[in-house]
Amino acid sequence: MEQFLQQVASGLANGAIYACVALALVMIYVSTDHINFAQGEMAMFSTYISWQLMTWGMSFWLAFISAVVLSFIMGVLIERLILRPLHNAPVLSIIVVFIGLLAIFNSMAGAIWSYLIKEFPSPFPKSSFGIAGVIGPHQLGVVVVTLIVLGLLFVFFRYTPLGLAMRAAAQNPQMARLVGVRVDWMLALGWGLAASVGAVAGIMVAHIVYLDPNMMGGILLYAFASALVGGISNPAGAVAGGFIVGILENMVAYAGNQIEKATGIYIIGNGEKLTVALIIVIFVLTVKPAGLFGRVVVKRV
Amino acid sequence: MAASSKKWVLAIIVAALVFPLLKPIFPDFVSDYRLFLFSTMIIAAIAVLGLNLLTGYNGQFSLGHGAFYAVGAYTAAVLMDKLNVPYWATIPAAAMVCFIVGYLFGLPALKLEGHYLALATFALALAVPQILKYKWLEPLTGGVQGIVLLKPEVPFGLPLSEDQWLYYFCLITMIILFWAAANMLNSRSGRAMMAIRDQYMAADTMGIDTSLYKTVTFGISAAYTGIAGALSASAIAFVAPDSFNIFLSIKFLIGLVVGGIGSLTGSVIGGIFYVLVDNSAQSLTQFVKNDLGLPFDLSAYTVFGVLLIAIIYLMPMGIAGGLYILWRRIRSARG
Repeated sequence: MEQFLQQVASGLANGAIYACVALALVMIYVSTDHINFAQGEMAMFSTYISWQLMTWGMSFWLAFISAVVLSFIMGVLIERLILRPLHNAPVLSIIVVFIGLLAIFNSMAGAIWSYLIKEFPSPFPKSSFGIAGVIGPHQLGVVVVTLIVLGLLFVFFRYTPLGLAMRAAAQNPQMARLVGVRVDWMLALGWGLAASVGAVAGIMVAHIVYLDPNMMGGILLYAFASALVGGISNPAGAVAGGFIVGILENMVAYAGNQIEKATGIYIIGNGEKLTVALIIVIFVLTVKPAGLFGRVVVKRV
Repeated sequence: MAASSKKWVLAIIVAALVFPLLKPIFPDFVSDYRLFLFSTMIIAAIAVLGLNLLTGYNGQFSLGHGAFYAVGAYTAAVLMDKLNVPYWATIPAAAMVCFIVGYLFGLPALKLEGHYLALATFALALAVPQILKYKWLEPLTGGVQGIVLLKPEVPFGLPLSEDQWLYYFCLITMIILFWAAANMLNSRSGRAMMAIRDQYMAADTMGIDTSLYKTVTFGISAAYTGIAGALSASAIAFVAPDSFNIFLSIKFLIGLVVGGIGSLTGSVIGGIFYVLVDNSAQSLTQFVKNDLGLPFDLSAYTVFGVLLIAIIYLMPMGIAGGLYILWRRIRSARG
């Protein structure tokens, strides 16, 4: 039982990370209809920035905030400089540009900080934090931090004029423009926010998966799965999807482990995590593309 | 195809066939290493052609063609390693297996459009190395260690080196495959494929069985890339799961975009191109470190990434398209 609870708890911690990256994906998808394949690598890059700031002597939280702010600027710049001119480009061009960004971020991180795996500190005190035997201090800290970030985002989108303008720009750009919202800038801000949320996820997960340029590959795949499960057009759904997928992932590994113990037959384990995500992605896409909480898109022909 | 371009293709084929025979005359220029490099370029061109058939001619995106390349390579490697099948016989076997796998993947892909198909194939590409390491497959695939193979031997006692023979083997495979692709594209089926790409609804209304064409195209495309994978297994004489990562699929995308989407010539240019950049990454790093004095280990992917974005901006038709436009301008300027 205790092992089971542990699995759920660590599923929640992973789920929090997936929720963040999935939310970042959904924020961009809702406003531009693009799936940002470079989201994971951007988060990875932000994590390296925070690591660099820490090695220069900054405290963890100062480095955290600086990296989040820098990521915001990076996101805005990418939207303004690279994606804006491709406003009406065909889908393939957009996908190619995202893959280009992915390659650039990945290789630049390798070039600047080398491909050697680095340890990443955890800011949460080892003692007096977490629940003994169920959830470790870092895992609990991750859940708390991501919940705070998600709460802040919710308040921002729900209760501030800027948040309202951004939602308007995403939902109905023409109308928003007519009532004086600067839609172009709202999209850029959305990109900035997405990059920031991704940075939070990256910095939080780096202690668990260690810091290296390919650290976000698997997480991005799980974030895709989360966003799809929750419904890729629904931010709250993406967050819920993140937690569902996070727990599901650990449950599958746990069940596989139990089966192996009981029958001695290996079916599935930690080594198949990405395959599980792939199956979730393809299953949701083909069976229920709107996800659990998404809007069913009706196309007129 | 115009008569003049047919002549050009013939001339290039003859040149490619004669090239290795010049080894005794120019031993430095026609080295075994260079022949091996050309072989990898040929393999790359076939893989890019596979992707091009799907994306360029049928309008279905794939960011996961590395998966089919892996299936082809592993099919060949397992057949050679476990069943002692001769290397040349693994090519049709890999093509068959990949056709089936591609066809099956094409079924769910029918329901996916644009971004979603890209997403599903991207997920596939990310998961491939793990699938190859799956415990139950380990007796076949050798797990993380991969499979070590022997290089193809020169048959019939021909007076050729291993690399020369490999080059010929790849070249002949490529000529057959490109010829087949050109014929297919120039037929009723090829036009149906392109009609689906350009006007899906209209093609459907005209009575084209769109589902059949899309899944079969997926299969054929996978078979082409799988053949390239099988050739690479023979050429490198080694397969290991981690070499079939997402970046392999990105390389094919580079070849596709740089060469030219929807162009046979472009597939060749694209294949040559990505192998060249991949190979010159080392000297590029040297250049950055020594001549520019920057402390960076520049990898080929920085170049790839920048080029991907630059080409989308500057030459959306790729190098082949760019050359074609240039050639037309020169022609019209002349009169």
